[in-house]
Amino acid sequence: MNEPTITSMQRVLTTLGHSEPDRVPLFLLLTMHGAKELGLSIRDYFSSARHVVEGQLRLRAKYRHDCLYPFFYAPLEVEAWGGEVVYYDDGPPNSGQPLIRKAEDILSLEPPRVRDTPCLVRVLEAERQLKERVGDTVPIIGVVMSPFSVPVMQLGFGPYLELIDERPTLVDHLMRVNEEFCVEWANAQLEAGATAICYFDPVASPTIVPPDLYRGLGHPVATRTLARIKGPTATHLASGRTLPIIDDLARTGTAAVGVSCEEDLAALKAACRGRLTILGQLNGIAMRNWTPSQAEAAVKAAISGAGAGGGFLLADNHGEIPWQVPDDVLFAISEAAHTFGQYPLARVEQP
Amino acid sequence: MSDDISTIDAFKAALLSMDRLRARALAQPEGTSRASLALLERLIVPALEQIGAAWTAGTVALSQVYMSGRICEDLVNAIAADSMTLRPHQPRVALAVLNDHHLLGKRMVYSVLRASGFQVLDYGVVDVDQVAARAVNEGIDVLLLSTLMLRSALQVRRVRDRLTALGSHARIGVGGAPFRFDDRLWVEVGADACGRTASDAVDVVGRLTGGAR
Repeated sequence: MNEPTITSMQRVLTTLGHSEPDRVPLFLLLTMHGAKELGLSIRDYFSSARHVVEGQLRLRAKYRHDCLYPFFYAPLEVEAWGGEVVYYDDGPPNSGQPLIRKAEDILSLEPPRVRDTPCLVRVLEAERQLKERVGDTVPIIGVVMSPFSVPVMQLGFGPYLELIDERPTLVDHLMRVNEEFCVEWANAQLEAGATAICYFDPVASPTIVPPDLYRGLGHPVATRTLARIKGPTATHLASGRTLPIIDDLARTGTAAVGVSCEEDLAALKAACRGRLTILGQLNGIAMRNWTPSQAEAAVKAAISGAGAGGGFLLADNHGEIPWQVPDDVLFAISEAAHTFGQYPLARVEQP
Repeated sequence: MSDDISTIDAFKAALLSMDRLRARALAQPEGTSRASLALLERLIVPALEQIGAAWTAGTVALSQVYMSGRICEDLVNAIAADSMTLRPHQPRVALAVLNDHHLLGKRMVYSVLRASGFQVLDYGVVDVDQVAARAVNEGIDVLLLSTLMLRSALQVRRVRDRLTALGSHARIGVGGAPFRFDDRLWVEVGADACGRTASDAVDVVGRLTGGAR
């Protein structure tokens, strides 16, 4: 096999510049699979930065993808705020009972100090060690939850939606507190070694709230927050639709957007061309049962829909590949990406 | 018929804009004081079904589906003395979240079923053994399980096996994101029906009880 002549970092930067590198970059957003590589339980795996560093490096060597993803688990930030995290043997850690029980508690909410919070320091340490190991050859993707979306874990989804409807003053206060934390957390990760920050904002999606509500609340929050993050950002709506707010997302200053497998990739490409890189859109849930030929067909379809001209990172559509996705499917995705993602793209037959 | 359609459209518009007063005025015109099964079937159920379908099609947001259900639930609770007067032949329906704290889907299904005149036992957050034991002890006909995480969806298979081992004939209806993104998953885990949106719960209960709707 020929050695690549450019690094993953060069490949990714080229596509982010809306030009074609040697092939479509592959972002296998694997988190828990590192525990399998090390023969550890998911809980043990995430208890140590060293485990995550080793897991991420082994996964990248195995599947030849183009990023390192030291994202531990979604409720990490809730843990930092004093909330409960529930671990499982066969799935991602989950948030427990919401930490804000009464709406009025929002007024006394104090953000955690990043460098005094052990669960956050573990992530920073993993990013620092990864940076030491790979330097500038591979992008290291840090993760933050958006101030607009993290209240789903702070309050519970239903109570948050009702708070937006009924208590806008409290919501404004919550956004300000969350913004301060999000900016400090993102910048600490960049200082530690993250190349870019993935800003998870699922509530922003028109799947979750109407575009007008996003424009009135989530968008100003994102614009303020991203402007204070001292590095490049990608916005991920975690399987939610993006197209109706794609112009709004572009105006936040984000460089890339994670799109839904429920959307038409060609339409997204037309809307994003030259201003937003598309991240997606393999169906992570269906992926569990794919045959190698189905994996190949899905990769071909995605590359055919969005690969031309660069501005495309091949990934799953949720931002985390489920624990249940087997190695042979991941190998098949990687093989197909390396075979059919070579630029200039061959004309790919649609499945 | 066209009057019904225009009223449903107006009612939907009121729900989607969260105009509770307008929704109530349409559901309970002057001179009427009590909810009836006809009101549910001609107005509330179709409006919620259409809103659910619009969410599946991507033209309505989940927050609107949620708030519409809550408004209709409050409306029915306010104007109906009890659901037995609306649906005298109630199936035994229970609703639960398996093993995680993502409660929105369950809350939405609860609202839709209550707004449609069903009595529903809310089991809250339960594990496999808890939900199976309660369903057996309480003679449940239809067990509705809401999941957000894939691992929770896969646990439905264990609920099915546990119910069978306990001799229960309860039918299982499932819903939630994993089932939307993999349209064969509900079969794989041994469920009897699957809803793509909360409002499908009315149809699911109807089908699983031989037409209770």
